[in-house]
Amino acid sequence: MKPPAFDYVRAESVEETLAALAEEGDEARILAGGQSLVPMLNYRLVAPKLLVDIGNLGDLAAIEADGAAVRVGATVTQAQFLAWPGLAESLPLLAQALPDIGHYQIRLRGTVCGSIAHADPSAELPLCLVALSGTIMLRSRREARDVAADAFFSGALSTTRAPEEMIVAVRFPKRRSGCGYAFREFAMRRGDFALVAVAAIASDDGMRIAVGGVGDRPRACDLPPLADAALADALNAFAWELEATDDHFATAAYRRGLVRSLGRQAVAEAMRCRG
Amino acid sequence: MPRLSRDMRHPIRLVVNGREMAGDAAPRLLLSDFLRHVLGLTGTHVGCEHGVCGACTVLIDGVPTRSCLVFAVQAAGRKVDTVEGLAGPDGELSPLQLAFQRNHALQCGYCTPGILMSLSAYLRTHPEPDEGALRDMLSGHLCRCTGYTPIIRAALEAARELRKES
Repeated sequence: MKPPAFDYVRAESVEETLAALAEEGDEARILAGGQSLVPMLNYRLVAPKLLVDIGNLGDLAAIEADGAAVRVGATVTQAQFLAWPGLAESLPLLAQALPDIGHYQIRLRGTVCGSIAHADPSAELPLCLVALSGTIMLRSRREARDVAADAFFSGALSTTRAPEEMIVAVRFPKRRSGCGYAFREFAMRRGDFALVAVAAIASDDGMRIAVGGVGDRPRACDLPPLADAALADALNAFAWELEATDDHFATAAYRRGLVRSLGRQAVAEAMRCRG
Repeated sequence: MPRLSRDMRHPIRLVVNGREMAGDAAPRLLLSDFLRHVLGLTGTHVGCEHGVCGACTVLIDGVPTRSCLVFAVQAAGRKVDTVEGLAGPDGELSPLQLAFQRNHALQCGYCTPGILMSLSAYLRTHPEPDEGALRDMLSGHLCRCTGYTPIIRAALEAARELRKES
């Protein structure tokens, strides 16, 4: 499969990127790692007039931590994030989830922000961003705005990013003391998209459970501290809320079953590693 | 860089296997097709063309990359390594290639160039891989002949030999 024809520009600055987006709107696409966009092009699921390659923009290549969050720039690859020395300490959920993204060769090129922009309902990074209540930092020529993850993902491969906006970075809130973090995913083969993925954050005061792979976007629910039958009931209720549908990979009932079993495992693990 | 028009072919200069090379490419031309059809380097094989099978893996600036998910225009000015560059100047096989030969780590050979390129980079950064790590890394490549077992054996053997060499 070959992609449709498009113009190509290798951007030299963020300003040039924003100018191209302002001019072309949704006829332009940003090319970073290309691990989601180029398959879409090769399948001809998208046919933009212009690709703006941001691969050379060094000022978007930083991972920066402050007291509250870790900010990951638009050209940081998943492999660079996985190798970031502060990951296990600051973002234990990401330390567990990142190795499950695609394959070694995909992570070397695929970017963190690109996966967020692509918004695949089964992808690990959107799920983690929703679970941690992270933020997407958008810029256009007119304004800069931050959007909460919950308000960013609007459906399968759909977000509330305006056509003239680009993601310059995403912010993952750091580990909070007293909280444990766990990630569980089930896929048909290593590296495949998850049939269901679950992130759990647990403390003595309550828990937050987020699920990907079911429904059209990652979804989270907040629960009081629960255990045993009460937890099983709450997970079952959440599984039904996600409105799973049958597809050629799995039935809705199977996916709900995975939400219940992976959810139970993730909560148990998160409770165990409360720090 | 000026905007490259979809309707034209643009001159691309890059270093392939240590040699400066040049050719023309429209923006939509995949690096895999540029290597094979423009430069005539048909050692890089094309399987799925959406990044799943790994057959077309090459190194760009030393990093394993699906050449079907990169456009030739993106590779301009960069260093690309393909399977043709693994053997020595007189054609003597590299330790990795010899280990594949000894262990029957290929049958039809379609997936082999991609696997060799991934391993050649991986073994440089991971000189002492265990079997689990190798299996994890090789999950990015599909092989329908071997069942992977001889590939793992060859990779472990090559890693041992490369450690002896260095």
